[in-house]
Amino acid sequence: MQELTAQPAPQPKRIYKSNSELKKRLWRNKWLYVMLTPGVLYFIIFKYLPMYGLIIAFQDYKPYQGITGSDWVGMKHFSRLFTEPDFLNILVNTLILFGLNILIYFPIPIILALMLNELRGTFFKRTFQTLFYLPHFMSWVIVVSISFVMVTMDGGIVNELLAYFGFEKINFLLNPSWFRPMYIIQVIWREAGWGTIIYLAAIAAIDPGLYEAARMDGAGRLRQVWHITLPAIRGVIITLFILKIGSVLDLGFEHVYLLLNSMNREVAEIIDTYVYTAGLRQGQFSYSTAIGFFKSIVGLIMVMTVNKISKKMGEEGVY
Amino acid sequence: MVEDKTIGGRIFSAINFTLLAIIALVTVLPFVHVVAGSFTTSAEIAANKFVLIPKVWSLEAYKFIFSTNTLFKAMGVSIGVTVIGTIFSMFITSLMAYALARKDLDGRKVVNFLVVFTMLFHGGMIPTFLVVKELGLIDSYAALILPSAISAFNMIILKNFFQNIPEGLEESAKIDGCNDFGILFRIVLPLSLPALATIGLFYSVTYWNTYMSAILYLDDSAKWPIQVLLRQIVVLASGMDHSATLDATVPPPDQTIKMAVIVVATLPILMVYPFLQKHFAKGAMLGSMKG
Repeated sequence: MQELTAQPAPQPKRIYKSNSELKKRLWRNKWLYVMLTPGVLYFIIFKYLPMYGLIIAFQDYKPYQGITGSDWVGMKHFSRLFTEPDFLNILVNTLILFGLNILIYFPIPIILALMLNELRGTFFKRTFQTLFYLPHFMSWVIVVSISFVMVTMDGGIVNELLAYFGFEKINFLLNPSWFRPMYIIQVIWREAGWGTIIYLAAIAAIDPGLYEAARMDGAGRLRQVWHITLPAIRGVIITLFILKIGSVLDLGFEHVYLLLNSMNREVAEIIDTYVYTAGLRQGQFSYSTAIGFFKSIVGLIMVMTVNKISKKMGEEGVY
Repeated sequence: MVEDKTIGGRIFSAINFTLLAIIALVTVLPFVHVVAGSFTTSAEIAANKFVLIPKVWSLEAYKFIFSTNTLFKAMGVSIGVTVIGTIFSMFITSLMAYALARKDLDGRKVVNFLVVFTMLFHGGMIPTFLVVKELGLIDSYAALILPSAISAFNMIILKNFFQNIPEGLEESAKIDGCNDFGILFRIVLPLSLPALATIGLFYSVTYWNTYMSAILYLDDSAKWPIQVLLRQIVVLASGMDHSATLDATVPPPDQTIKMAVIVVATLPILMVYPFLQKHFAKGAMLGSMKG
């Protein structure tokens, strides 16, 4: 990410007196180019070939005819997108989950980092951090599995507690109205601690003299947080916010796919899971590629727009 | 920060500590519950719902899940993919990162841009699937490794780390007759152990957690890694979505058994985590923001 935030340092343009000098340089660095090759091949094959493959969104792609042999259909699949009621529904579902991410999840790592920073004593700080980071390393399958064994109707601890306190048991897994709360709780549980790392790094860079001066002026702890710590990490908050906005339609496939079942499909189906179902399960390659294309374009436009706005506001921006 | 000895400051500290301690408990309790549950009997779970420390210890669940070959096989696949994948990824990531870290390399800016661009825009699931298919990787273990062999993020972290190594060291090695491979393997990499530990952890966790590639690229259930098996046993059984692979006539497995499978799928991470976690916070910070 450093590459994104750093301003490119002005470098003197290399001017070669002749072709032979360039050749000499290239030859001298031949081993570096050998080193670069596997990586470049990787990016070409697994990142740029799929970008080329996006053109099947403008075709009626038939696997046996390939890209060169399939018929061109122009914007047919894209216009289907906007007329298909299914698509509108999954777009709304995606946006709602995104909204939960921004409104509920996003502030939590900031608050957690501020709290950790106010903690006296390195021992507890380290211990808490170690524990908070841990869930991030669990796969979504593990996170979803753990929560499923906890909320299941037959012996899950949550339902047993509900019953113990005299409430009705709730079928969290099949009840559509519980899908969104479960989703966001899992996101928070897995990612909130990990999200603090970058804020803590920004906080660590603050000049301690500022706090000293604020204390002289009689500022209490909360005022110091409000007037020094928070403004100091404003840039980082905005940068991460931009990145988050850029992923508006890109919530990740795994998590939602794991929570999805036939009962909650109405609220749980999002763009990523729909691309999988329509594309790989039902073989509508071109149509679901068009959906994926739409998603990627929206993401790119969002990042660029929000970045521009933040630069206009005098912030650093992502690139 | 300066010690704060006022009464208000102490109250603030006490409340803050208490809240953080509660959050830490909430973070850890689900793990404790699952681990404890896996080491007891289903009767014990039924009688005493809130298991944190089992009163009756039992290996019943583990005996059951290891009584068939399925779990061993899946663990073998995951271990193999993790070990081979991590080594392979670290190797080609280091090579690329080092070449790009060298300021005298013509064309590095273009390559750099092309790498960063993939973080902003990508072809998506279906075109990537078609590439993997065209390459004949469907149902091969390579499909779990090759399509995600380099993480642009890890590569950039490592490149930034390499750039901070004083150039003088490389110069002197060159004068001593080292070529670029020699410099990388004998000087730069040994100096980069914290960064390597960090991205090594990231890669190995990613490979151990491989799930999406497996369901996209592996049709043959005999090749499933542990994460996919975990989903079959816990998520599908709990989700009651019997339309998927699980047979509706088989009763869902006991809580203890589900918990034991979760523990097995989590264990390797829980084992390496304490050794590596002191590095990664530092390493991740180094890569993500310096200034």
